[in-house]
Amino acid sequence: MAVELTVAEVRHVARLARLELSAEESVHVAGQLSAILDHVEAVRALDLEGIPATSHPLELVNVLRADEVRPCLTREEVLGGAPAVEDGRFAVPRILGETP
Amino acid sequence: MSGSPVAAAGDDRLAGWETVVGLEVHCELATATKLFCGCPNRFGAAPNTQVCPVCLGLPGSLPVLNRRAVELAVRVGRALHCTIRPSTFHRKNYFYPDMPKDFQISQYDEPIDVDGYLELPSGRRIGIERAHIEEDTGKTAHLGGGGRIHGADRSLVDYNRAGVPLVEIVSRPDMRGADEARAYVAELRAILVASGVSDGRMEEGSLRVDANVSVRPIGAERFGTRCEVKNLNSLRSLGRAVEHEAARQVALIETGERVVQQTRHWDEVEGRTSAMRSKEEANDYRYFPEPDLVPLAPDEAFVEAAAAGLPLMPADRRARLAALVPHEADGLLPASTADQVATTVDLGLDDLVVAAMACGADARLALARTANEAAQTPEAARRLDPQAFARLVELEASGSLSATQAKAVLAELLAGGGEPEEIARRLGYEALGSGALVDALDAVVAAHPAEWARYLAGEDKVAQLLTGQVMKATKGRANGKAVAAALAARRG
Amino acid sequence: MSGAGGPRPGAEGLSDAASIASRVRSGELRAADVAEQVLGDVESRDAELHCFNLVTGEAMRAAAAEVDRLVATGADPGPLAGVPVALKDNLCTKGVPTTCSSRMLEGWSPPYDATVVRRLVAAGALVVGKTNLDEFAMGSSTENSAFGPTRNPWDTGRVPGGSSGGSAAAVAAGFAALALGSDTGGSIRQPAALCGVVGIKPTYGLVSRYGLVAFASSLDQVGPFATTVADAALLLETIAGHDEMDSTSLGGPVPRLTEALRSGVDGLRVGVVRDFLADASADCVAAVRNGADVLSRAGASVEDVALPELLHGLSAYYLIAPAEASSNLARYDGVRYGLRVDGEDVEQMNARTRAAGFGPEVRRRIMLGTYVLSAGYYDAYYAQAQRVRTLVARAFARAYEHVDVLLAPTAPSVAFPLGAKTEDPLEMYLADLFTIPSNLAGHPAMSVPFALDGQGLPVGVQVLAPALGEVAMLRAGVALESGATPGARGPVRPGAVV
Ligand SMILES: [Zn+2]
Repeated sequence: MAVELTVAEVRHVARLARLELSAEESVHVAGQLSAILDHVEAVRALDLEGIPATSHPLELVNVLRADEVRPCLTREEVLGGAPAVEDGRFAVPRILGETP
Repeated sequence: MSGSPVAAAGDDRLAGWETVVGLEVHCELATATKLFCGCPNRFGAAPNTQVCPVCLGLPGSLPVLNRRAVELAVRVGRALHCTIRPSTFHRKNYFYPDMPKDFQISQYDEPIDVDGYLELPSGRRIGIERAHIEEDTGKTAHLGGGGRIHGADRSLVDYNRAGVPLVEIVSRPDMRGADEARAYVAELRAILVASGVSDGRMEEGSLRVDANVSVRPIGAERFGTRCEVKNLNSLRSLGRAVEHEAARQVALIETGERVVQQTRHWDEVEGRTSAMRSKEEANDYRYFPEPDLVPLAPDEAFVEAAAAGLPLMPADRRARLAALVPHEADGLLPASTADQVATTVDLGLDDLVVAAMACGADARLALARTANEAAQTPEAARRLDPQAFARLVELEASGSLSATQAKAVLAELLAGGGEPEEIARRLGYEALGSGALVDALDAVVAAHPAEWARYLAGEDKVAQLLTGQVMKATKGRANGKAVAAALAARRG
Repeated sequence: MSGAGGPRPGAEGLSDAASIASRVRSGELRAADVAEQVLGDVESRDAELHCFNLVTGEAMRAAAAEVDRLVATGADPGPLAGVPVALKDNLCTKGVPTTCSSRMLEGWSPPYDATVVRRLVAAGALVVGKTNLDEFAMGSSTENSAFGPTRNPWDTGRVPGGSSGGSAAAVAAGFAALALGSDTGGSIRQPAALCGVVGIKPTYGLVSRYGLVAFASSLDQVGPFATTVADAALLLETIAGHDEMDSTSLGGPVPRLTEALRSGVDGLRVGVVRDFLADASADCVAAVRNGADVLSRAGASVEDVALPELLHGLSAYYLIAPAEASSNLARYDGVRYGLRVDGEDVEQMNARTRAAGFGPEVRRRIMLGTYVLSAGYYDAYYAQAQRVRTLVARAFARAYEHVDVLLAPTAPSVAFPLGAKTEDPLEMYLADLFTIPSNLAGHPAMSVPFALDGQGLPVGVQVLAPALGEVAMLRAGVALESGATPGARGPVRPGAVV
């Protein structure tokens, strides 16, 4: 069963991932992602009913730190690498959507 | 948990409709540091001065969970009668400039606190679905366009608040109307403050409320389509927004339109909600387990230690107080008394009343003086010596002081402390301990034998004359009620 | 044949780390001279190889001077005193550019040091510079670097492997006695094999990840490169141990790794992963078989084991790693640091920045990871891959019931020519087939240079062990090393002897 990602799906994913993608690239990427997904299809088909998911290789729990103040970075360190700074803050172009 | 439906009172637009509300309350936890790093959790610092590689999301940085935040989340769970359970963190992925990592670490499908409730002063229980730990975002200011997001030409981001620990407390849709929504938040706020979890300052953003509002015809079983209303920064905003949103939905339905499930923004100035610009992909958060954090599995000892020292919650305190005052024959508390109980607990004066009762004060009178008079200056009332207060209540109960006099003495007590008898004397309400009253009465009876005989014969109106004589003899210091009582007692 | 730390046949370049440290500590060798030799060597030869994105000569000289000062005053200059070390350029270095070989981070300098970097510096090591890698550690050839590929010192027409190709090549070229890399699916072991050096991926959690720019957080682990097993153990011992800045850092004492080197393999139970042999080249298979013989002659028991589940690891990995990467790399959005390409609004700015800042492989993996996590696909792909992860761990557990370590090829083939696999991502992904299962399980594994193929290219043998089984792994590693083909390991070109 071949996996075929549509160009529309690719564009949707690109939007989610915030990657500008030309129409031409979308077609190209659709082909590549389809090929990769095709390859992993065998894994999808495995019957793993009842096998728990491992999200973490360790069995650690309750790793906690004390509620103690540590030094912060200086303003220069914080803002030094920023592409645009205004009034001690990071400047960005206008925001069209509200925070979700 | 379902009470009788309560239609929003005083809003004709909602006649025949029931407003259903569920609330999501974000509460900033009163820790010393942020959720995953050692930066101070402090309001009001200069922009971008309370950040480190972790909360700035710098490449290579990793989160380490703040123990105190977990302890406070456990306290929230206990205070809201939740089950406290093993939990995990997920990443909620979406792009927004106020999020340094462009994902938010939050407890998603396995929150720490589940299935609790909150009891309102009305006695209604509102279900708590869950309370989970998550990190706050930074703060965005919009420049140009009058500081609002629409029309702004650029925005400035301050990450001081990014990573501040929050619990999000999600209620079930158990509230009916704006008043109940407000009562819920007020009660929740009181619980959070009492638990030492939050400073409860809504104006500083310590508590932030989103409301899920829907409407249905009174008597209907099924819920209507809900809208989520954001940006509710005060109890007033919450009440207004719920009323407005319910009315908007009713108007839509009554004109044959449908309510569309969406997120809406409350505009406090305009007094209305408007749909937020949402994108098709906005809700595809691609949650997955946060690989940089390990699961949380608080054991019994951790939970007990975290919950240690939790004071009585407001509902428990109301119950304690209510149990001490006389009930009606039907076993219920008179409405006015219930209000006094709620006010007293709300202002943190219930300990005063309880202590005064322990000193022998009359319960109903102690409660009334607390809720009606002492409540005017709650700060001072909390400093009041319960013994002195109890004696004052007794002076009034025994008739040694009139109500008016007792209130005046109480005002002095609140203003400067002291002994109630002393103050009464100073104010000239001398009184008349019962000995002085008896002496005065003896003298009046001796001086008016005929009237006394008529009184003894059952001519009640003579009591007035006799009382007047006693008052005259005591230069008005006697309490009228006490004199009448003494007369009646002497007649036998 | 050479023992650990002894003189090596054919190699006239930089000595091994243990010897350098010992001579510097005794005052016999000046750290400043080590630094000058290394910097001169890098200056003259790295233009061709491109092991380094950045050489930090001034800082290296200053560190060397400090070591020499400590020695002169009789203070302890640390166990790695005067040892030149190369750092993969995805490890944060305070005030020193850390690019991940990406346009996205070009010019960005972190305001903090990675924990492993702090530990190295505290141990007296001299940091030579930051080494090239596949962009954000995504790749198996170092050709995905935005700054051009690194060339294999054994044959400059071939790749050094990846993603830690710069670090592997730097050690193989004699530019550094030690190097740090990161291994998410084989990114230390595979280039180690292709460059004829030792590379270790430690147990997940043994080494702090704080300051390692994340690719796939549940798989990433920092580890050492060295020319000898002893040196690799020494470096691992230096960087290992609990770090309160990393929640996934293990507590407890670090295993006494360098002590393990003298224990031999008598009685060690070794299993050969039969399922991997079908997919490896004849030279790689022969190396594993010969390696097993070496261990057997040294007193180990050897048997073949069947672990077919491990072959599902590759597919699971190419779902899990991109998924985590898509989230880890979201922060490169043009707001706080690094590249920004302007746009009309913030979303457009984000999208343009990320399209311009990331290379094709990174973009591809972000897209793939975003897709497999997106609504409706999570269970079919991501959750299923996490169940395969359990399957792999269970298969290993089954094997480790009756063997102490496993033997396998590190890579399916020797170093391949530059450009040979750049057109086909899937072909490139197969280079990690034998290394991925250890990452999925969080287990340690190492590549030991063992043989040369017909063209004189190095062939590595991989030793796998259960979690915290580093001691058994190193015991087998030392035995393999002592039975390896002479000349099968770097440095491959003579430089001045220090
Ligand atoms: Zn911080």
